[in-house]
Amino acid sequence: MSKRTLVNLFLVFAMLLTLGVGAASAAPPAQEEMTYTVKLGDNLWTLAEKYLGSGPAYRAIVGATNDRNATDSSFAKIDNPSLIHPGWKLLIPGPEEAAKYVTVPVVVEVTPVPEVVTYPRSETLYVSGAAWGPPSDWNPFITWSKANTTGTIGLVYETLFMYDPLTDKLIPWLAESGEWVDADTYELKLRKGITWSDGQPMTAADVVFTYELGQKYAAIWFSPEWAYLDSVTAVGDYAVRFEFTDPLYQQFENDLYNIAMVPKHLWEGKTEEEITSGANENPVGSGAYLYETHSEDRNVWVRNEDWWATKLLGLKPAPKRIVDIRFASNNVALGAVIKGEVDLSNNFLPGIATLSEKGYVKTYFAGAPYMLSANTAVLFLNTTKPPMDDPAFRRAVAFAINTGDIVNVAYANLVKAADPTGLLPSLAKYVDPAVVKELGFSYDPAKAKKILADAGYKDVNGDGFVEAPDGSKIELEVTCPFGWTDWMESIKVIANSAQAAGINIKDATPDYGAWNTALTTGTFDMTLNNWAMMSNTPWTLYNLLFRHPIIEVMGSGNFGRYDNQQMFDLVDQLAATPSDDVEGMKAVCSQIQELMLTEMPMIPLWYNGLWAQYSDAVWTNWPTEAANVPSRLPCTWSGYWQMGGLLTLTELKLAE
Amino acid sequence: MRRYLGRKILIYILTFFLAVTIDWLIPRFMPGDPVQTMLSRGLLHAEGVEVMYGYYTRAFGLDVPIWQQYLNFWSALFHGDLGTSVYLFPQPVARVIMRAVPYDIFLLLPAILLSWFAGNKFGAFAARTKWLDNTILPIGYILTATPYMWLGILLAWAFGVVLGIFPIAGAYGFELRPHLSWTFIGSVLKHWFLPFASLFLVKFGGWAIGMRNMIIYELEADYSHYLEALGAPRKLVRKYAFRNAILPQITGLSLDLGVIVAGALVTEVVFSYPGIGYLILQAIQNQDYFLIQGCFLFIIIGVLLANFAIDIAYVIVDPRTRLGMMGETA
Repeated sequence: MSKRTLVNLFLVFAMLLTLGVGAASAAPPAQEEMTYTVKLGDNLWTLAEKYLGSGPAYRAIVGATNDRNATDSSFAKIDNPSLIHPGWKLLIPGPEEAAKYVTVPVVVEVTPVPEVVTYPRSETLYVSGAAWGPPSDWNPFITWSKANTTGTIGLVYETLFMYDPLTDKLIPWLAESGEWVDADTYELKLRKGITWSDGQPMTAADVVFTYELGQKYAAIWFSPEWAYLDSVTAVGDYAVRFEFTDPLYQQFENDLYNIAMVPKHLWEGKTEEEITSGANENPVGSGAYLYETHSEDRNVWVRNEDWWATKLLGLKPAPKRIVDIRFASNNVALGAVIKGEVDLSNNFLPGIATLSEKGYVKTYFAGAPYMLSANTAVLFLNTTKPPMDDPAFRRAVAFAINTGDIVNVAYANLVKAADPTGLLPSLAKYVDPAVVKELGFSYDPAKAKKILADAGYKDVNGDGFVEAPDGSKIELEVTCPFGWTDWMESIKVIANSAQAAGINIKDATPDYGAWNTALTTGTFDMTLNNWAMMSNTPWTLYNLLFRHPIIEVMGSGNFGRYDNQQMFDLVDQLAATPSDDVEGMKAVCSQIQELMLTEMPMIPLWYNGLWAQYSDAVWTNWPTEAANVPSRLPCTWSGYWQMGGLLTLTELKLAE
Repeated sequence: MRRYLGRKILIYILTFFLAVTIDWLIPRFMPGDPVQTMLSRGLLHAEGVEVMYGYYTRAFGLDVPIWQQYLNFWSALFHGDLGTSVYLFPQPVARVIMRAVPYDIFLLLPAILLSWFAGNKFGAFAARTKWLDNTILPIGYILTATPYMWLGILLAWAFGVVLGIFPIAGAYGFELRPHLSWTFIGSVLKHWFLPFASLFLVKFGGWAIGMRNMIIYELEADYSHYLEALGAPRKLVRKYAFRNAILPQITGLSLDLGVIVAGALVTEVVFSYPGIGYLILQAIQNQDYFLIQGCFLFIIIGVLLANFAIDIAYVIVDPRTRLGMMGETA
């Protein structure tokens, strides 16, 4: 009994399988009309099945042939459809023509489908590399999950400004302009003619409403801004005035291109829980794309044909649809890139250098490091633990690390060694070359050994590793989360090269959760971190490196708990320096760099890349270093749409 | 019979209670802090982290004493509330599971059933058939000993990348929106085939070898020799041997079916096929207490149901159990 059931089940599956393959490979019915000469054994029903896709459509052949017979007597006249003779000339109409003669549909459709169900390749951009889990929400105020619905900020909800790291310029976006009218007042003009995707106009009231959410609810990420922001008021419909007491200019301007504006008329009725924790399905924004659909492994966005920037700025993103794919592993992503199924991949794909050289994919630079730099990998040293509380020891570690091996071996040349100050190339103007020349570091084991010897570290017990000046053994661990393969390779290099210089460091890879706890509670020895995003201001990096005050759980920076009031004062001073005072910023940065390189509380090692590889098969005009194409960040990661990602889309062209 | 069932059910309820308690405890013993982990993913903006940490710890009910959390958990469970996922905040756990599990059922159910059926048939057939034993069975050994990850990658590479017959990712074409048409069904089956085939092959090898060894053991048993001595035809002897040999295989089958809701992690990763296995891994790595609890709750229920089904099935298919039970109640 059960055996028979199983046999049947097997048969059903086998049938399904053949059906599926059959349907996929069946030739489509003829697209144009054709003449047909009857052969022995033909009948109208099978002819209709063969050429029109359904038996009952034989009436179309009858009707069309008879009609043509009226003008051209070489065609047969069919009086009785069940009686046709060999040699008769029949007219088989095209599908549109056939529809006139029959009421039943010519090509069998299982169900009428109201919406677009197959996206034409030439209208669709396939991207990957942002998401690491299924989509969970479209709420622009839940920042940490936006990777999974990348585009929620940038494609749907927009920011007042954009920022272009390659030219270091804020680009007025929803705002037409903005300026500091005095030291404590910022005035912003909103563009006229922006509409939300439900047709309502965007006004100053929406901007005020969005900013005031931060005042009302502590769980909104920009609520700390209200520590120095006194009021946000609408001046008429299209101007907004911000009034401050002792503003942190750097933070405020960084937020200008990160806070996504939401429509007041749809959000004012929401509860605190809905605003801070709501999934916000079917988001209504002002942006270039609209939410279309999603499933476990993809998000689909469709172009907003009424986008304001088309009218006001003449911009129109080329792809009608964006399908954002989440691949479960980088191997699969690599396969999809090679097969040309993905147009833009922002996955980290080791070995992409070879593929780029062979012309399978394009990258921003034609040669090493192939990728733009996105953030700095910094080795944090726990300054509360000996011997890392000794600046001399920390400096020795800096000289002992073979960054060249990290770049060449661990990354196969996909990254670049970092500037000793840690500032990204896009912020190079804030690096003080004199300070770097005097205090900078590079791989030099001999120098590392000398610094150690001068500070009293020597190998007492003859095991090849130095002991602390007080004679205690040094055994340290350098960590990164398990599974981050590139970093796991890198910490191996760090451990090996430090050991070669006589410092006993071993690598370890705890699970992310355990690593994160050690990081934030300060129980680690040395660990890698790169949580400062590409930014318009050096303050973003220094806010990560020297976050203060030092509290029980350091959730967002200064993980090594480096406690130096002089440094904290300098960072605060930088935050409060107006951004148009570039010289003032440089002066503070120079002091920070001098102190940092002397004390070496953490060691900037290399720049993680803005991983991006693209295919020219369907879309062209991708950003590269070449002169005749756009210079943008080709990036779909959340937070990068407003740093070049969206503008890349507006400049794409369909391949011929 | 009633006493037998009553005792079994009592044991199952007790096991359920204990298993769910352990399921609740284990994630909380893991190092790490779910809310901190969650916030650390939003690398963009450092400023608000301290305030948000307190807010979301309260929102997840993690600010009350641990015994209170445990009581709250049971009370919510009896109201059918599995909580909110931390990893996929703000989705409810029940919804996360309901969205992902159908993919696994679609993949695993046919793979398990067909491989079990075909593997047993083949194993029984191959046992003591010299040329099959010597040629095809080694292939079964190789299949079942193959690291699954490797086999999967090999299949994906050969049929997906080199030959390009099958797609290498997704549950259906990335250019399609789910709808009822042959194109869509064809796409679903095409995407389904490689992951299915890889699971089928490995499981098939396992079942076939198990069955073959079992049959040989049964053919050596006294009753087989007795039957042979009586001059029973080879087919009849093998039929009796098969009926005895199938018993452990039934246990194996139901255990396999019981953990269907755990998904097929490696398959999901290798073929980038959606499913719950990958989510469970992520939930564990992210200390998502609620998603871990929810997933394992269903796994516990699945395993217990499967065991219960075996208990019942044995009564039906194995006369010895039936007799033993009667002796017990008599």
